[in-house]
Amino acid sequence: MRISLKIWRQDGPADDGRMVDYRLEEVSEDSSFLEMLDLLNEQLIDKGEEPVAFDSDCREGICGMCGVVINGEAHGPERTTTCQLHMRSFDDGDEIIIEPWRADPFPVIKDLCVDRSSFDRIIQSGGFISANTGSAPDAHATPVPKEDADRAFMAAECIGCGACVAACPNASAMLFMGSKVTHLGELPQGQPEREARVLQMTAQHDLEGFGGCTNLGECSRACPKGIPLNVISQLNADYRRAGYGGRD
Amino acid sequence: MTDTVTRNDELIDGIYREGAPITDTKAPGGDIADKWTTRKFEAALVNPANRRKLSVIIVGTGLAGASAGATLGEAGYKVKSFCYQDSPRRAHSIAAQGGINAAKNYKGDGDSVHRLFYDTVKGGDYRSRETNVYRLAEVSADIIDQCVAQGVPFAREYGGLLDNRSFGGVQVSRTFYARGQTGQQLLIGAYQALERQIAAGTVEMFARHEMLELVVVDGKARGIIARDMVTGEVETHLADAVVLASGGYGNVFFLSTNAMGCNVTASWRAHRKGAYFGNPCYTQIHPTCIPQTGEHQSKLTLMSESLRNDGRIWVPKNAEDCDKDPREIGEDDRDYYLERIYPGFGNLVPRDIASRQAKNMCDEGRGVGPAVDGVRRGVYLDFADAIERLGEDAVRSKYGNLFDMYQQITGENPYQVPMRIYPAVHYTMGGLWVDYDLQSSIPGLFVTGEANFSDHGANRLGASALMQGLADGYFVLPNTIRDYLAKGPFTKITEDDPAVAEAVQGVQDRIEKFLSIDGTRSVDSYHKALGKIMWEKCGMERTEEGLREAIEEIRALRTDFWSNVRVLGSAEGLNQSLEKAGRVADFLELGELMCIDALHRNESCGGHFRAESQTEDGEALRHDDEYAYVAAWEWGGDDEAPVLHKEDLVYDFIELKQRSYK
Ligand SMILES: Cc1cc2nc3c(=O)[nH]c(=O)nc-3n(C[C@H](O)[C@H](O)[C@H](O)COP(=O)(O)OP(=O)(O)OC[C@H]3O[C@@H](n4cnc5c(N)ncnc54)[C@H](O)[C@@H]3O)c2cc1C
Ligand code: SF4
Ligand code: FES
Repeated sequence: MRISLKIWRQDGPADDGRMVDYRLEEVSEDSSFLEMLDLLNEQLIDKGEEPVAFDSDCREGICGMCGVVINGEAHGPERTTTCQLHMRSFDDGDEIIIEPWRADPFPVIKDLCVDRSSFDRIIQSGGFISANTGSAPDAHATPVPKEDADRAFMAAECIGCGACVAACPNASAMLFMGSKVTHLGELPQGQPEREARVLQMTAQHDLEGFGGCTNLGECSRACPKGIPLNVISQLNADYRRAGYGGRD
Repeated sequence: MTDTVTRNDELIDGIYREGAPITDTKAPGGDIADKWTTRKFEAALVNPANRRKLSVIIVGTGLAGASAGATLGEAGYKVKSFCYQDSPRRAHSIAAQGGINAAKNYKGDGDSVHRLFYDTVKGGDYRSRETNVYRLAEVSADIIDQCVAQGVPFAREYGGLLDNRSFGGVQVSRTFYARGQTGQQLLIGAYQALERQIAAGTVEMFARHEMLELVVVDGKARGIIARDMVTGEVETHLADAVVLASGGYGNVFFLSTNAMGCNVTASWRAHRKGAYFGNPCYTQIHPTCIPQTGEHQSKLTLMSESLRNDGRIWVPKNAEDCDKDPREIGEDDRDYYLERIYPGFGNLVPRDIASRQAKNMCDEGRGVGPAVDGVRRGVYLDFADAIERLGEDAVRSKYGNLFDMYQQITGENPYQVPMRIYPAVHYTMGGLWVDYDLQSSIPGLFVTGEANFSDHGANRLGASALMQGLADGYFVLPNTIRDYLAKGPFTKITEDDPAVAEAVQGVQDRIEKFLSIDGTRSVDSYHKALGKIMWEKCGMERTEEGLREAIEEIRALRTDFWSNVRVLGSAEGLNQSLEKAGRVADFLELGELMCIDALHRNESCGGHFRAESQTEDGEALRHDDEYAYVAAWEWGGDDEAPVLHKEDLVYDFIELKQRSYK
């Protein structure tokens, strides 16, 4: 198939950046979206032009490294990661516009690569259970009702890609944060630190410059793992409880 | 390991030399069940107040690296942790699907430490070291406890207890899992523990940093040279000890189930500085991957082998039928070849056998699916019988996410049309040689996880790599490295130490070299060419003739690379072509060593199948009298033959047998 591309090119964090047009002939519809970009890059190298920088690693939809905005949608038209999108989702002759995640807490490094270290700092602020190696009781000492375990698992599926932030008009990371708070908060092991966790993570979230949630739901629609909006409800409920608890 | 090399001047087979054997692996004496306790007791302790004066560099944040970083941080050591991705959470361990083994015997089905030990040694085709494997089985249960305490959401039964399944052809259910995302959940657990230590200030994290050289001073590993992949700066990091947890090297084949960035650079740089490379030719080829569709392909995707429990594998009997719609090929015209050749195990034969037979069928011209380079490389994995027997809903609830993934990638609906599968490179059992303490032949350099030559011998059992990574990182390394660190802090070295300056200069020169060649071919084109050679001649089936050709072809490709590669852009800032160039340059050296190792090992064992060494029925034939040893290779120098050190494998507790699956 033939494709025209408009791709965001930016030499470095300080550069202004611009959209650049490219054309590709003979793209296989069996190729993945990123393989299409590989093909473009091979052709650019042939012509002596610097290839387009973009992130990816597993290319299986699990590491969360990839992610670009495709025709205005985070990860593109299907509900999956950019790496799992295939060219058969497009038509011959289509124009495809490709941009990096756009959010202040995710500054562009180069072309389509952004810095998502703010997510790591949110986890550092409390997204864990304090259990030093070697101190654990037998795994069967605390049974966990299957329902709770399943809900914890559902929330734990988040891959930290940042699509929720890219899709949100407020650049809020509440879906990402809510998934962690729900994952750990559903488990008995997560209870002792539950209140501190939600307060500290929220403080860090705001400090990083992520916006507040106004319940538009764009995040959940863009999420390749289908994390539901109700993890944000759980985040809010935990936050309120912890806040009141703190005031007593 | 400080044995001085007594180099025998003679070249053996024209390709390698032999040095002194390795006689001491540092395992303590006594009964196998007591060795680990003895070692932990004998290993010196470090006073808590002294720990923060001792620094450790850990390269890698997969299961093996993140767990070690968190544990050493908790103990109070000063840790610096490195990964090439933008976050430690993205290490390739995240992609593991199936599960993790542990000898918990929660099912009461007769599992035990000894049985897990036995299964692992047998599965490895009797080419692993007994003492290490026993310890692995011994600490396996603690891993599950640790992960559950961290909040890893393993699958549970209705009663709230952990669920288990059986995996990879063993007779007990000892595999813990978290749907098809076990690796992700285990890694997130370790990642969170690591982030907690980063917040506590014991671990300093360097993401988007690539290790490009090891610093060795006075014979000891004392640091690394890394490139900040965002700014391009070449940085020196010094420490009292260095741990490599940098993963496997399956990407030497270009196409594999590994992530795009998986590389051998960290290990290879250490190898060139004196670390022995153990059994480089032992590679695992997984039978159930989605076949390649064309030249554009950048990676292959694994489909959990649990599919073989219900799917039936077949190819058309007649080559003329290969391009027909499979549903129109009648029962009589199908060849269910695994069921035919191995009536006992059928579709459930071990990975290496299932893989090789698929290749044989396609080589005979009976492969299916699109032809790539003129050959159809695919076989059917058919669920029609299972759907008829169990109903589509039951099949969906068991394999739904795998079927969806298949459809996403191929655009075909596997509920209606049989899946197509083909083997792909998946795991590397070889890696840097380590002793019982996981210390390499360079004092102060420790190696964990898939990066070491490991506990899996010539073939790894399913669900054992996750177990090994976490065993090494949470429980083994923290105990053994303290014995080394107790001798420190070592003499302070500075950045102007000649050894450091030389290492920095070497890295900078290499970067400049890549950027100045200004040739005509992209890095990827070399990587693909190398991958083809490796896959054809050092893949599922290896012959003396093919391996000799491969060695010559790789040498020629390497020479061409260094005079004709084109790397655009500059040394400053993010430059992905430059990153790839460094990795491919190292793969071009590793590939040759893999072929030399495969050529010298004139027997078949596990994943290493030499066509010259097979039984009358075409099965792998070991030669224990000649080859029951670990091949630990020492770097001989540029354009020099490598030096082989043999570590004899002594089986005191398990009897060697020839595998049979008929
Ligand atoms: C698709 C797939 C499915 C699998 N399923 C299973 C399974 O079900 N059960 C099982 O037991 N095993 C499975 N395995 C195998 C298992 O996942 C791996 O062997 C294991 O996770 C490796 O862990 P590791 O910590 O050694 O390395 P990795 O997780 O690969 O981590 C390597 C780390 O090193 C870093 N690194 C590498 N090179 C450098 C460098 N030069 N500089 C800086 N950092 C560097 C990386 O950034 C990364 O952090 C599977 C493997 C694959 C590919
Ligand atoms: S919540 Fe979804 S979109 Fe957001 S980071 Fe996690 S996986 Fe990505
Ligand atoms: S590259 Fe890993 S999720 Fe896309």
